[in-house]
Amino acid sequence: METLFFLIVSFVAIVSAILVITCKNPINSALSLIMTFFCLATYYVMLDAPFVAAVQVMVYAGAIMVLMVFTIMLLNIRVDATKKHSHKLILGSIIGFFTLINLVVMLVKSRAALPTGPYSGEMIRKIGHTELVGREIFINFLLPFEVTSILLLVAIIGAVILAKKKI
Amino acid sequence: MGIEILGLPMMYYIAMVTKVLVAFVFVLLTVAYATYAERKIIGHMQVRLGPMRTGWHGLLQPIADGVKLFFKEEIIPSQASTFAFLVAPLIALVPAFITFAVIPFGGVIEVAGYKIPLQIAAYYDTTAGQVFDVNVGVLYILAMSSLGVYGIVLAGWASNSKYSLMGGLRASAQMISYELAAGLSIIAVFMLSGTLSLTKIVELQSGFGGFEWYLFKQPLAAFMFFICSLAEINRTPFDLPEAETELVSGFCTEYSSMKYAMFFMAEYANMVTVCALTATLFLGGWNGPMAVAIPILGPVYFVAKVYFLMFVCMWIRATLPRYRYDQLMHLGWKVFIPAALVNIIVTGIIAYFI
Repeated sequence: METLFFLIVSFVAIVSAILVITCKNPINSALSLIMTFFCLATYYVMLDAPFVAAVQVMVYAGAIMVLMVFTIMLLNIRVDATKKHSHKLILGSIIGFFTLINLVVMLVKSRAALPTGPYSGEMIRKIGHTELVGREIFINFLLPFEVTSILLLVAIIGAVILAKKKI
Repeated sequence: MGIEILGLPMMYYIAMVTKVLVAFVFVLLTVAYATYAERKIIGHMQVRLGPMRTGWHGLLQPIADGVKLFFKEEIIPSQASTFAFLVAPLIALVPAFITFAVIPFGGVIEVAGYKIPLQIAAYYDTTAGQVFDVNVGVLYILAMSSLGVYGIVLAGWASNSKYSLMGGLRASAQMISYELAAGLSIIAVFMLSGTLSLTKIVELQSGFGGFEWYLFKQPLAAFMFFICSLAEINRTPFDLPEAETELVSGFCTEYSSMKYAMFFMAEYANMVTVCALTATLFLGGWNGPMAVAIPILGPVYFVAKVYFLMFVCMWIRATLPRYRYDQLMHLGWKVFIPAALVNIIVTGIIAYFI
């Protein structure tokens, strides 16, 4: 049952990921990207991480992609603005070829079963994923969390200064 | 316990399908008759009669409207971006309906020795003796409502008309701003409840004849959440994306026939969702006198609360004029978000000392 579901979701994910790069219209590409994000969220649910799944949909599909769509709408990009460049094609296919070799080697050599950590699927379902994530962030990883928030604050102030010359 | 399919009893599947069908049909009927109720209520508030001709006091009006929209000509503008134009009403409609999966509309009922919780995405664990549901229920609802904005934005962009584009742009700015404010305002509730699961939030509000409702513990959060949700679903007085005096009909100007009906349904389904969520978070959900002893009363109380809140929405529409756009943005960013943050801090301090 779960394998069948996984196969369906993977099929949708791969098709929409291909559509992201093949669609002529940028809005359709953005829509396909949202679809891919949604499939990723489904994988998180299947991996017993519902909190990460909800945040994935809320932040990536709900907030960041809305801004992307907003920008595309305002820029009004023409559909036929894409021209073919042969040197980019050659370079891209070389990079793609090496990435493919890399992926095949990784798939063949790597072990699927990693050493199990302290959190099992049953434990997550019993205590709740949100609680576990919260505990880890605010007890064990408090310092990195605070550093990240200072970094974000700096970025926000920087954005305001860049956007508003006269304050 | 009878036949088992894939490790789960047959009854599980029957219960699931029944719950989905009943909830879906109920929401559809509510949506259809919400349009009638809105016209009737606003009519009487403005000393008119509202629809009177179709059936007794116009009771068949929603069906007549539905048939009319169904048989209208389907027009797709020749300069429209076809794929986005066709898919936009669906993107608006689907998130509005699937949020009902996590809203608990009743307690646990027992059918033929099998306990069924009245919530679609939930099951009763007989060994643990309690209901398990999606433990990020509220986040799921916020995530789905954040997807609803695409329907309106795409409709505005794909129609290739200036009025539609203006409506779409307004909708995206408004919905993103108020999504933040709505999300921040209910954090105070989770600080008191300590959980994101809607089943547990309802259980926590069950005691002492309604005085445990979060409406009384968090009045500011309840008020702000309700207002921000109205803005997020583009209800009056915040219906700027389809302000008919300036933008013809905003993002759905170019839509006709069933596609227009889908936007219409999405708007009312969103209203039902918002009212159901407010009832669950602040008005004690399905709790009420004797609701635990007689399980069938739970859905009755829940529906009564939802309908009361929907009446308030219509009342607001009949009473208040539309906001100006800069007032709307000012209200969202400079009033609601700071107020929600202060509310979180105050709740944190009080919760720490109690």
